[in-house]
Amino acid sequence: MTVGVEERFGPYGGRYVPETLIPALDELARAWVEAKADPGYRAELEGLARDYVGRPTPLYLAERLSEAAGRTTYLKREDLNHTGSHKINNAVGQVLLARRMGKRRIIAETGAGQHGVATATACALFDTECVVYMGTEDMRRQKPNVERMRLLGAEVSGVDAGARTLKEAVSAAIRDWVANVGDTHYVIGSAVGPAPYPALVRDLQRTIGDETRAQVLEAEGRLPDRVLACVGGGSNSIGMFAGFTADEGVELIGVEAAGEGLESGRHSAPLTTGARGILHGALSAVLQDDEGQILEAHSISAGLDYPGSGPEHAFLRDTRRARYVAVEDSEAVAAFKRLSVLEGIIPALEPAHAIAWALANPGGELDVITLSGRGDKDLAEVLGLE
Amino acid sequence: MSERIAAAFSDNGKAAALMPYLMGGYPDMEASRAVGEACADAGADLIELGVPYSDPLADGPVIHAAATDALAAGATVEGVIGVCEALAARLPVVLMVYANVVLAGGAEAFAGRAADAGASGLIVPDLPHDEAGELRAACDARGLALVPLVAPTSTGERLAAIGADARGFVYTVSVTGTTGERGELPEGLEHTVERVRGTTELPVAVGFGISTGEQARRVAAVADGVIVGSRIVRAAGEEGAAGVRSVVEELALALR
Repeated sequence: MTVGVEERFGPYGGRYVPETLIPALDELARAWVEAKADPGYRAELEGLARDYVGRPTPLYLAERLSEAAGRTTYLKREDLNHTGSHKINNAVGQVLLARRMGKRRIIAETGAGQHGVATATACALFDTECVVYMGTEDMRRQKPNVERMRLLGAEVSGVDAGARTLKEAVSAAIRDWVANVGDTHYVIGSAVGPAPYPALVRDLQRTIGDETRAQVLEAEGRLPDRVLACVGGGSNSIGMFAGFTADEGVELIGVEAAGEGLESGRHSAPLTTGARGILHGALSAVLQDDEGQILEAHSISAGLDYPGSGPEHAFLRDTRRARYVAVEDSEAVAAFKRLSVLEGIIPALEPAHAIAWALANPGGELDVITLSGRGDKDLAEVLGLE
Repeated sequence: MSERIAAAFSDNGKAAALMPYLMGGYPDMEASRAVGEACADAGADLIELGVPYSDPLADGPVIHAAATDALAAGATVEGVIGVCEALAARLPVVLMVYANVVLAGGAEAFAGRAADAGASGLIVPDLPHDEAGELRAACDARGLALVPLVAPTSTGERLAAIGADARGFVYTVSVTGTTGERGELPEGLEHTVERVRGTTELPVAVGFGISTGEQARRVAAVADGVIVGSRIVRAAGEEGAAGVRSVVEELALALR
């Protein structure tokens, strides 16, 4: 973790929030710079990552998937983390940071529930009050995770506004934070939001990319041709990409949710289709109409169902360092089933998007795909389709 | 145009200028115009006209719901600008608009449309001082006041920087929180206003959480302007222009 706290990525990022929050964002940025440089914080985080989270996660050579794809394909197994996804990397780091800052109350938002479960878990570990905002549509789609959060002692606060998904949950969490900023830390779950969150979340998730780079060199003696990851807000992908951005020969591919099709207007692909706009405190790629009203997103995957994306992704897209593509619901569901049968791994619907794209689009000889989480949470949603 | 703001604070015949907030296009476009007229009839000195936005982070449930309803009823920026034009003939109007709506067509273009419609200023609740330079320049060029917000959490350093660049008046947020009616004003309110006063020669107006005549009087004892939002918006939704008229009359009376 050597990168500073960026406020902007090219033109993107910034802090478009009510004045009430600005001092808290300043405090958070300072605290993060100090914590990153503090051997005590780093040792505690590394210890927890190893003994509690289960890092490093394996880089798995998926032989039957490789055969199906026609090239060597590795899966970075973030699904094997404690709580079942990459979200725990960020949650543990931020809850540790909040403790250093003397904040005794934690709030979070969640879409698929994985970030909520991870935050509730870290709060249980540190005996900290935890409130998780979740759209009521997502509560329906992700019932097991709602039960999990409650079992872990968190309060799950249902949000009924709008499409009742992640966008509204983030808005509700920001409003709570505005009202309780004195004693509350907001653990944002993705690489979105006002600065310093996009950089903070990236710093905490880059363990995915750093580990992968070392592991693939060890296993293959070379770097991959392509690195693929799904992108909603974009935390697993920015964490993975961060390990490879300096390696110019490695193609970085972010896979968004095309939902019912880009033409249908019912999708969650702001990087592929969206215009520059402000959502939840940052300037980035956003789904919006001509007047700047934010549009509802759609994806079968609750974790990708969001009309914005992290500002660093918008910058990587504009500079052409990374490329962004989109996969429809039906293709993601097919890949979900395919990987289950091929490898005995049931992926979350989110990374199933990245797997679907890799299977359908040849290029190079060596792929690495982030398997950002496991699919237990999605079984009812996928099986209910039939 | 921005001179009209100064006049609204100095010539109001009250203990402080009364500044109702109303949601443009709520319950529908015609009704919001009537609500604005009722405000002017009943003793308002300045109107804050909200442009409905899909994701109003600084607002509480009442104004959020009104924005959602206004958009569902077909409200557009152009429509609200039309309401602004009608009301600006009678009293100064400041548009309250979220940053993404301004950005969608560009800061220059938005400032131009607002000025052409006779607006006196803009308030952009999610555009803090650090991000406001471009829009401030565009507003200055058009004679519009970009009114900044300050909060109880603002540090002395930030208050000084915000005060130095303020135009029109300084909008002081009374509470650490979003808009909405509250039973009691925060204890530190007078202290917050005092801190803001030290940073600017401009009038200081207080908003968020004020809904009763008694609360308005307490604010008027220390501030130059009293902003009432959620109660007005709620009345507009429940009882239309007549309801808003009686609320504004009650508040105006309390400030005499």
